[in-house]
Amino acid sequence: MPSILSISALEKHYKSGLTALGGVDLEVERGEIFALLGPNGAGKTTLISIVCGTVTKTSGTVLVNGRDIEKDFRATRTTIGLVPQEIAIDIFATVWATVNFSRGLFGRAPDPVYIEQLLRDLSLWEKRNSKIIELSGGMKRRVMIAKALSHEPELLFLDEPTAGVDVNLRRDMWAMVRKLRDKGVTIVLTTHYIEEAQEMADRVGVIDKGRIRLVEKTAALMQQLGKRRLTLMLKRPMATIPAELAEWPLELQAEGNQLVYTFKADAEGTGIPALLRRLGELDIDFKDLDTERSSLEDIFVSLVERT
Amino acid sequence: MLINRNGIWSIYRTEMARTMRTVWQSVATPVITTALYFIVFGGAIGSRMQSVGGVGYGAFIVPGLIMLTILTQSISNGSIGIYFPKFTGTIFEILSAPLSGFEAVVAYVGAAATKSVVIGLIILLTATFFVQVQILHPVWMVSFLLLTSIAFSLFGFIIGIWAKNFEQLAIIPSLVVTPLTFLGGAFYSIDMLPQPWQTISLFNPVVYLVSGFRWSFYGVGDVSVAASLGFTMGFMAACLVLLWWMFKTGYRLKP
Repeated sequence: MPSILSISALEKHYKSGLTALGGVDLEVERGEIFALLGPNGAGKTTLISIVCGTVTKTSGTVLVNGRDIEKDFRATRTTIGLVPQEIAIDIFATVWATVNFSRGLFGRAPDPVYIEQLLRDLSLWEKRNSKIIELSGGMKRRVMIAKALSHEPELLFLDEPTAGVDVNLRRDMWAMVRKLRDKGVTIVLTTHYIEEAQEMADRVGVIDKGRIRLVEKTAALMQQLGKRRLTLMLKRPMATIPAELAEWPLELQAEGNQLVYTFKADAEGTGIPALLRRLGELDIDFKDLDTERSSLEDIFVSLVERT
Repeated sequence: MLINRNGIWSIYRTEMARTMRTVWQSVATPVITTALYFIVFGGAIGSRMQSVGGVGYGAFIVPGLIMLTILTQSISNGSIGIYFPKFTGTIFEILSAPLSGFEAVVAYVGAAATKSVVIGLIILLTATFFVQVQILHPVWMVSFLLLTSIAFSLFGFIIGIWAKNFEQLAIIPSLVVTPLTFLGGAFYSIDMLPQPWQTISLFNPVVYLVSGFRWSFYGVGDVSVAASLGFTMGFMAACLVLLWWMFKTGYRLKP
């Protein structure tokens, strides 16, 4: 079975001369939650807009379930749901009307039972006869999600789903996304909240300046995340690390003024007490110490800055 | 899925529902306007005018008035239908749906034309309260009504895609279409005009529409029926070709 989304050498150059995507290759596996992480203007929205059909690509190939998104647009678009970043709904329509409209638009026959369940799941059932204009911002966002799910898509795109959303709704959304994944829906979300990618995603792709910089299992990234560093500010600079300290992975930094020890946070025992005792024995004094935890944010920043 | 019937039907029904939300405004406005035209032109002025081509002046202006309303209504319905989603951003849903450009046109233009035809018939009904209306060729009358509604709803749809703001949306109807309709023989027969205006009028497309439509009522027109029909069909074909190009290139729809 082909992967649910397969993108190769995708480029998008806008008429303004802006290159939004400069050759993107990406595979999204069926049933996963994939987070596309990147700063503003990295090309996240352009990428999903091309897959969904609201932006025309310049070159490259995009396959959904092995089918070309342009030649076979009916088949591919039927399987895709999109929740865009901005709330855009006919404000005079009722919740019930607009969600059923979306289902029909995507070619599906009416199914009031399914729509009722969908609205109940999203806590919208009580509001079904309200007009959109009467709803709160959070409710409108739920309606956007209901519309995107109205035709039972296999592949759901969430563009910045929790931007400007309060904590409760964010938690609700995360729960909903997991529930959808359990039902077999593949989810691609874009975010610039690292926390969100960390919390939700099976895999993370980092995009910057129109290129994918890294695709990694979130768990694997978390291992790097688990690393901690102890920095000792030495009283007297050292030229070399004494042989007596060979059992710790140490590094000298800042012209020998800092001794840096990198270790696993989750390891049993950190090795710090023994290290400090040995330093005492060797008569190596330090005036201050500092510990820090490397985060996905560091990895992200270093990737983005390198380019 | 060869044709997205559910999709077309969804848009059509939603567009008609939008019309129904403002049904009194949609229906009352043309009815009141028409009634005023009949009081002023048919009653006050028409009583002092001789008949045109054997038809009383009041009755003579009926087809022209219907055409005038059909043109403006079709253009405004057709353009608002697509411009509004563009303006509010809801167009993303239409563009991301498994719906071809042609299907979108059928749905939006179908709804716009339906509204025009209904309003045209309401005006016709209103007119019968004021003057004696006779329809010699009812089938042709309905055909002209349908064709013109569709053709100008298509034209409106094009304006809706082209327009970048409300000003542009209003500029073609008010600066081009309204003058052409008034000079298109809605209130007179063009042979009442002195030369060279008679000849110049033959370049006004609205003359052909009004003339063909009037012929279907009273059996007389300024130009031949074939020319009227040919023009309407030609205009429709031109709009379709332009729309085909717009959807193919994503003109002002997709970046």
